[in-house]
Amino acid sequence: MSGLKHEPGISDPDGFYQQLIDAVQRLSPDDALAFSARLNLLLANHVGDRTVLGEAIEAARKGLEDQK
Amino acid sequence: MATYQYPAYPYHPPAFADGLAPTAQVVIVGGGQVGLTMALDLAQRGVASVVLDEDNTVSDGSRAICQAKRTLEIWDRLGVAAPMMAKGVTWNEGHVFYRDEQLYAFNLQENPHSKFPAFINIQQYYVEQFLIEQAMQQPLIELRWCHRVTGLETEPEGVRLSVETPDGSYTQPCDWLVAADGVRSTIRRQMGLSFSGQVFEDHFLIADIIMQREGPAIRRFYFDPPWGPEASALMHRQSDNVWRLDFQLGWNVDREEELRDENVFARIRRMIGPDTPFELEWKSLYTFQCRSIDRYRHGRVLFIGDAAHQVSPFGARGGNGGVQDADNLGWKLALVVQGRAGQALLDTYDEERRFAAAENILNSTRATDFITPKTPVSEVYRNAVLDLARDFPFARALVNSGRLSVPAHLTESSLNGDDELQGSVRPGSPVPALQLSVPGNAAASHLTDILGDGFTLLCFGPANAELRVESPLGLRLLHAGQDIRDSDGSIAAAFGVRDNAVVLIRPDQHVMACWRAPDPATILGTLAMIRGDC
Repeated sequence: MSGLKHEPGISDPDGFYQQLIDAVQRLSPDDALAFSARLNLLLANHVGDRTVLGEAIEAARKGLEDQK
Repeated sequence: MATYQYPAYPYHPPAFADGLAPTAQVVIVGGGQVGLTMALDLAQRGVASVVLDEDNTVSDGSRAICQAKRTLEIWDRLGVAAPMMAKGVTWNEGHVFYRDEQLYAFNLQENPHSKFPAFINIQQYYVEQFLIEQAMQQPLIELRWCHRVTGLETEPEGVRLSVETPDGSYTQPCDWLVAADGVRSTIRRQMGLSFSGQVFEDHFLIADIIMQREGPAIRRFYFDPPWGPEASALMHRQSDNVWRLDFQLGWNVDREEELRDENVFARIRRMIGPDTPFELEWKSLYTFQCRSIDRYRHGRVLFIGDAAHQVSPFGARGGNGGVQDADNLGWKLALVVQGRAGQALLDTYDEERRFAAAENILNSTRATDFITPKTPVSEVYRNAVLDLARDFPFARALVNSGRLSVPAHLTESSLNGDDELQGSVRPGSPVPALQLSVPGNAAASHLTDILGDGFTLLCFGPANAELRVESPLGLRLLHAGQDIRDSDGSIAAAFGVRDNAVVLIRPDQHVMACWRAPDPATILGTLAMIRGDC
């Protein structure tokens, strides 16, 4: 059984998305990449569970490969 | 070939001595969906109004097409929902597509026993026609076609309007002016009110086409479809086999070129395929803004609908928001005109509907930001959401193709009274669309059917069985078990009723207060907020 949550878990999803986009959309591509890396690391530490993190990395990578 | 014959309503030249019309209690400027709803609501409460409209027919083109459940409930109270339902196309589901596949579907129906569906699609010209036909039956409404307002003078006790007709101009004084004259409001401009907000750098092409096509009536939204890559599109079925197509074009486009028939036809062909015959009924190029004036009451002038606030169309929050404005203002203005409440009550119209408009603007802004990402970086995030949404349901909650119109829950309103029940329906919320039965009234099947136009107290439980209270505002008591039967207990459950409860409902069917076992003085104290200094 997968440990990575697939079902909605963010309260106020529209408000969250707006805050995220407001934070990132005016950044240069380099800064946006740096922002995303920092955010990933902060959230990864919060999640903590090594198995879940592995599954998340795999899910994100797989999606990119599918597009190519 | 058009599917609709535009009616021409009778124009009457002004015949006022010295060019001065008798003072009207209420003048409504603008005979569109919102202004006509306002006139019908006031008339039902016994208040006469004069409606001034600059032309003599209905909306040019189908324009606002999605009418929400709350709007249908309001029109039902005004006796005009039946023709809308008969003509409109019912829908509850939205389907979201990304590239060449469907990502997910959502159902907007509040509960399976609702009297009305989540939405009907109906061309705006039908909506206005049905409202006008209803208004023409109503002796308290005077419809003046081809009477165009060109100027106004505001005074402490009223407003003087300059009105132009094909046969000369006249002055129309009134005690109260309701500006329902749309996004290009003459009244708003004449008063010099700033209409500020956000412009979205994008163009959209709207095409209404006539075609024979089977399939369920659902809202179809396409992100980056193979037949129109790097853009979005929306498809809605309307009555008479008319279909609304809405194409995102981008910011840097040649507007005239995009509107040329051959380009519009080619775009439609790419979407619907090479075989289905179609005819073009209407086309239009739009840009969107989300903006509002600062206050909706300026002394004796009240702004409703697009004259007060403008939203992007993703979410159908423009027309539906405007009808709720009329629903909110109608009973308040009637009480003030009749001298049964002080003018301060009208400030709660401004407070409540500005709160609702802010919510509509927020939702439509967020949807437009998702559909039209502002920068390459936000586009990367947007596309990541769409990519993930195929396999991960959580990401579907972030996909925003429009958050569709729901009634405002006026939870912060200064009119709200006590909240002793803590149910899911709280003070400020509209009453839920729940089923009930009424002894001796087979026509009443839902809670909204029996509330009428006044204040209502729903009384539950033995502690309130003997409750009697009278108010100069008019107050009808309905005792559960006697006057209404909540057979499946769903109404009691929604309000959080355990044993004893009393729920005060406003004339616009929003909840005002919830108690367990109040004494009459408590109830009258809450109603005193309505009467104010009167």
